[in-house]
Amino acid sequence: MASGGIELQGLHKAFGPVRAVDGIDVSIGRGETVALLGPNGAGKSTTIDMLLGLLPPDSGSVSVFGKPPQDAVAAGAVGAMLQTGNLIRDLSVRELVTMVASLYRDPLRVDDVLTLTGLEDVARQRTQKLSGGQTQRVRFAVALVSNPELLVLDEPTVAMDVESRHAFWTSMREFASGGKTILFATHYLEEADAYADRAVLMARGHVVADGPPTEIKAMVGTRTIRATLPGAGVDGLAALPGVTHVERRGDSVVLSCSDSDAAVRAFLDRYPDARDLEISGAGLEQAFLLLTGDEE
Amino acid sequence: MRSLTYTRFELLRVLRSRRFVFLALGFPLALYYAIAAPNRNELDLGGTGISAPLYFMVGLASFGTMNAMMSTGARIAAERAVGWNRQLRITPLSTRDYFRAKVITGYAMALLTLAVLYTAGVTLGVSLSAGNWVRMTLLLLVGLIPFAAFGILLGHLLTPDSIGPTLGGATAFFAFLGGTWFPITHGVLKSIAESIPSYWLVQASHLAVGGHGWSVQGWLTMAAWTAALAVLARRAYYRDTRRV
Repeated sequence: MASGGIELQGLHKAFGPVRAVDGIDVSIGRGETVALLGPNGAGKSTTIDMLLGLLPPDSGSVSVFGKPPQDAVAAGAVGAMLQTGNLIRDLSVRELVTMVASLYRDPLRVDDVLTLTGLEDVARQRTQKLSGGQTQRVRFAVALVSNPELLVLDEPTVAMDVESRHAFWTSMREFASGGKTILFATHYLEEADAYADRAVLMARGHVVADGPPTEIKAMVGTRTIRATLPGAGVDGLAALPGVTHVERRGDSVVLSCSDSDAAVRAFLDRYPDARDLEISGAGLEQAFLLLTGDEE
Repeated sequence: MRSLTYTRFELLRVLRSRRFVFLALGFPLALYYAIAAPNRNELDLGGTGISAPLYFMVGLASFGTMNAMMSTGARIAAERAVGWNRQLRITPLSTRDYFRAKVITGYAMALLTLAVLYTAGVTLGVSLSAGNWVRMTLLLLVGLIPFAAFGILLGHLLTPDSIGPTLGGATAFFAFLGGTWFPITHGVLKSIAESIPSYWLVQASHLAVGGHGWSVQGWLTMAAWTAALAVLARRAYYRDTRRV
């Protein structure tokens, strides 16, 4: 196997006036599990299409294990679950996975993949008769069976319920433990936090942050504490540890926090008569706007 | 070897899609009985010395197989609509193997169409020498190559919504100008007809009714169309990686 990981350099792609991807530099080491995090329209899928060689960039370059993406694909080094897509009809689940496996030199055993993805029970069913969640799992199986060095998953859990989502990540982890490189796109911060070594945060075609998920979480994880507390001085509240901003709204106070855990402890300690306490996280969307400094 | 498994599953898929098989085989069959059965006792159609059941059988053999071959396009359009084309593009399946699987499935449908039509012909009293059956069939199969490329081309250009009418229009046009429904024997129409592939497909089927097969011009015309359509189909396939 050739050395080197994934290198995206100066990637640009515009669709008419829309700059879907506007100058991206990301490098991913072999064996890393990286989350591509961002709201809808951030450019995640366009980036993935370019990474897979499905879309030529307007400028910039893509290298997958030291090769152009098409060559890496031809060598069977890449498996992917694309965001949009359904299955072709008139084959059973097992037949479809077998058909895809036949295209690779060194695929996983079809039975193993069906077990790993929890599809044994529907292995004989025709693909057009599956539920949405089952279809997603078959698409995952199709990506996995190639036993790829690089596995790319574009919002893999979108159509899944909580239970299938959990099962999905469990099987993904099992696969990742074999030293594979994994890139998955998601707009759930929790997924990035729980399953990735690293998160690349995208917004409006740019990378706005790149680091360990905990770091990203701290950056975007601004929380607010709201409580009913008549008469307390704003200055005293602002001096509490972990509080960055205080606002009074009638009898209520709203504290924006960088460290809500520390803030809430100190707050209750110092203001024992505070009532109706509420702690809420800022939405990811809101956090993106904060990070990109975009007030729209 | 590996790609043969892929081809095998593609074939399986075609044969399992009952509605598709039923329509692709049923349409020419129904048409044949509708036209030929009422004239089954007409043994000298328009003074040609050819019986009506035979004449219409060879006519529908070219029309039906052309349809069967181009219907590959409809299947490709449907696969693209669910994003399968993009999924295949991130596998090591080569362009050549992809095209080969599509051409083979097209031929499978064409052979089934011939089997059904020949059987129908026999039930209406058609009888030919073994040599004539074989020569007609072989030249028909060769003549289908450009239509295989045309079907793949359209499949990669059109959507499931637009491909139906386009295929219908294209086959009607080719059948009309190719002389499927009435012989084209002279004039401007004949020179136009001689430059399109369906004319030569019809000539292939006429081998069974005393035709002469293909002239040098016929072979050259077919080769030129095949080359041009194959280049275009290949280009359409390469470009076709966007989300549809």
